Amino acid sequence: MSSIDASGNAKTVIGGHKSRTSALLLLLHMRTFVALILVFAFFAIAAPNFLTTGNMLIISKHVALNAILAIGMTFVIIAGGIDLSVGSIVGLCAMVAGYLVLYGIDLGFIGVAYSVQFNTIEICLIVLVVGIFIGWINGMLITKLNVAPFIATLGILYVARGSALLFSDGRTFPNLAGNSEYGSDTFRIIGSGTFFGLPVSVWIMVVVALGAAYLATRTPLGRHIYAVGGNERGAALSGVNVDRTKLFVYMFSGVCAALVGLIISSQLQASHPATGETFELNAIAAAVLGGTSMSGGRGRIAGTIVGAFVIGILADGLIMMGVSSFWQTVIKGLVIIAAVVVDQVQQKLQARVVLQQNAN
Amino acid sequence: MTEANPIGLSIRNGSKIYPGTQALKNVDFDLRMGAVNVLVGENGAGKSTLMKIIAGVEQLNGGTIEIDGQQVVFADKTDAAKHGVGIVFQELNLFPNLTVAENIFVGHEKTRAGIHIDSQAQRTAAAALMKRLEQNIDPDTPLGNLRIGQQQIVEIAKALAENARILILDEPTSALSATEVEVLFRVINDLKKQGVGIVYISHRLEELIRIGDYITVLRDGAITGSRSMQGVDIPWIVANMIGSASKEFPKTGDHELGKEVFRVDNVCLPSPAGGYAVDHMSLSVREGEIVGLYGLMGAGRSELLECIMAQHPNSSGQIFIGGKPVKEKSVSGRIRRGLALIPEDRKRDGLVQIMTIRENLTMSSLYDFTRGFHLSLKAEAAKAAEFVKRMAIKIASLEHPVSSLSGGNQQKVVIGKALMTRPKILLMDEPSRGIDIGAKAEIFRTMRRLAADGLGILFVTSDLEEVLALSDRVLVMANGRLTGQFPAGASAAEVISAATPNLNRVETQ
Repeated sequence: MSSIDASGNAKTVIGGHKSRTSALLLLLHMRTFVALILVFAFFAIAAPNFLTTGNMLIISKHVALNAILAIGMTFVIIAGGIDLSVGSIVGLCAMVAGYLVLYGIDLGFIGVAYSVQFNTIEICLIVLVVGIFIGWINGMLITKLNVAPFIATLGILYVARGSALLFSDGRTFPNLAGNSEYGSDTFRIIGSGTFFGLPVSVWIMVVVALGAAYLATRTPLGRHIYAVGGNERGAALSGVNVDRTKLFVYMFSGVCAALVGLIISSQLQASHPATGETFELNAIAAAVLGGTSMSGGRGRIAGTIVGAFVIGILADGLIMMGVSSFWQTVIKGLVIIAAVVVDQVQQKLQARVVLQQNAN
Repeated sequence: MTEANPIGLSIRNGSKIYPGTQALKNVDFDLRMGAVNVLVGENGAGKSTLMKIIAGVEQLNGGTIEIDGQQVVFADKTDAAKHGVGIVFQELNLFPNLTVAENIFVGHEKTRAGIHIDSQAQRTAAAALMKRLEQNIDPDTPLGNLRIGQQQIVEIAKALAENARILILDEPTSALSATEVEVLFRVINDLKKQGVGIVYISHRLEELIRIGDYITVLRDGAITGSRSMQGVDIPWIVANMIGSASKEFPKTGDHELGKEVFRVDNVCLPSPAGGYAVDHMSLSVREGEIVGLYGLMGAGRSELLECIMAQHPNSSGQIFIGGKPVKEKSVSGRIRRGLALIPEDRKRDGLVQIMTIRENLTMSSLYDFTRGFHLSLKAEAAKAAEFVKRMAIKIASLEHPVSSLSGGNQQKVVIGKALMTRPKILLMDEPSRGIDIGAKAEIFRTMRRLAADGLGILFVTSDLEEVLALSDRVLVMANGRLTGQFPAGASAAEVISAATPNLNRVETQ
């Protein structure tokens, strides 16, 4: 830091103390990553077969689902909100995808005895639009009607889940193999195809993550998201369009959920209306574990991805070790709390270091 | 005078070390009872630290505190309160949703059997305190309904309710209007007569000379002057504070004023309480002109600036920049047209505290560094560094959170952010609020320089001296209306009388 360099004497006085503090700070800063390495190393030793390629692929497929949701969630939380509806959007989007693959759209309701069939790309686009639309409803409720984000998205959680059940009357859409005649037989690739040896769903996660990280750090919109979460009034008076920014994060979260709905229905070759229940909680957990502050304004996409991996590896590793799923739940909870406690320690330490540097 | 004012509390050899900095260096301080002990110094000189130590919020690393000759150690604020020390912080710690009585007794409620709050007893005691402070405030009023000045009185009552014999007031007048200051001073005089020892901290030097009995000047954690107030004048205080010749407000520059750049025509804002918060306001600013808008709290000055900055959708009236009407309804649209606002409340409205200095500086001008979607961090950092230099902001790194800066430097960041949008008109709401005298003079010099470069400045202030020294033209508002318009060099008496409510509106051009 320039001031330290400029005043060498201050550096020598507290030099020893400082380097220890900054080493600790660096360690705390990387804590999620350190946790990931520890968890990984632990299971590599404790669980046989953990390190096999097959297992790694399975874990990464699991992680991809939560990570994609968590990326959308991270933006929402950074902007000072919360999105409880993502799990239900996953379910509804899975049902829409299943319906379109199986039946297309029957034009009977406008008196035409004909049903429109779609190819895979069209199905994906429609499902993504459904996700964006539900996110837009969330955003409109929050910005235009001033409903608290918790309540608005809780309401949409129920509405979307109920709609998913209504879609099939609670039944599962089975056998989503698609139809080569309509070009929808490629639907299965989204969930079970591979590309350069990695599952397509993992590639989707990588693309979404890179796009989101770029958005967060290298675009005015990304900066506005942080500003709105840090001080909404201050941002507004600086000319940031607060409503538009909030609307965007909920729509982005909606499209992330739609992607997950597509992946799951394709992976299982079936859609069930209960798909995605409690997914929102895992997404929040990954974001928080990755250092996203629930009070807004702070968080990084890379942190969220690492957080999602910690949760995913912990869950799958414990299963491989034969730990009861009841204990898994307890352990997951403890890890999240520990992460937040460490985060508080880091914030305090960091503030002190900055004060020190200013004093010098 | 020594006999009349016994020493109630004394600190000997007091030292306080924070990580990396020594806030107090072997300080000897005597607090005299039945008198106003004034504490003055620039920001960071150690007054707040000294005050926090007396109030038990912080503890000494070395040295002793004695009360009435007995050595004491305060574990925390509650402990200090038991010894009769009360403190009123600059930022009020009150609950707008609770009543006056509930606020006074919050944390030490009067109870029956330890569980049931005795509201009647609290109400009676609160009423008695209000009588003692000569205030006509109903204990059942929700605190949020009171004016800031009255809230300050409630805060004082809160300290007195704990039988405070020593009362610390940290910048109590920074949010008060002239009349409210008079009320506060009367209260302080009464408390003095009742034998209360008062520690009074303020940046307003005339105020200190008027109210103080003893003065202590701090600089860089050491006491540079301590004496009875008799014979003390502003040059003496300033010399001890700064250690060099007095810093004067910059004189009005003699550059030519340009043509009219900004006009507000008939702006009205209906008040939720009925009537108008801003009542048919019209004014104009020329290029290179500094227009001071003076008035008491609640005169509608901040509201007028908010209307100009598109914060009140239900306001009416027209705004013109360079003769062309401003139709934009969004803040960003108005910034694009050349308006920029320095808000009154830096923390709440001016900055995003957890973001970095760089991010705060460029908040309003991000699209200047953006091509398509892509924000060039390099161009952004270069621009931020340029403004840090231009505004002479003292920082260790552009990447530190803005909250780590002192008040004066934070204010410079806010001004830098506004200037980066290349405004034609700068609206400044109390630009010198809560910053030390050195930073204040710097801000004023900056305003002068900007005006000389042709910027039109409309600034709001409650400080009479400031408005008279800085303005090319003084406008006065009262009750939402324009009540006076004076050229530079107007007499203080005229300006004050115009600011007193219930006068007739003055016709403007």
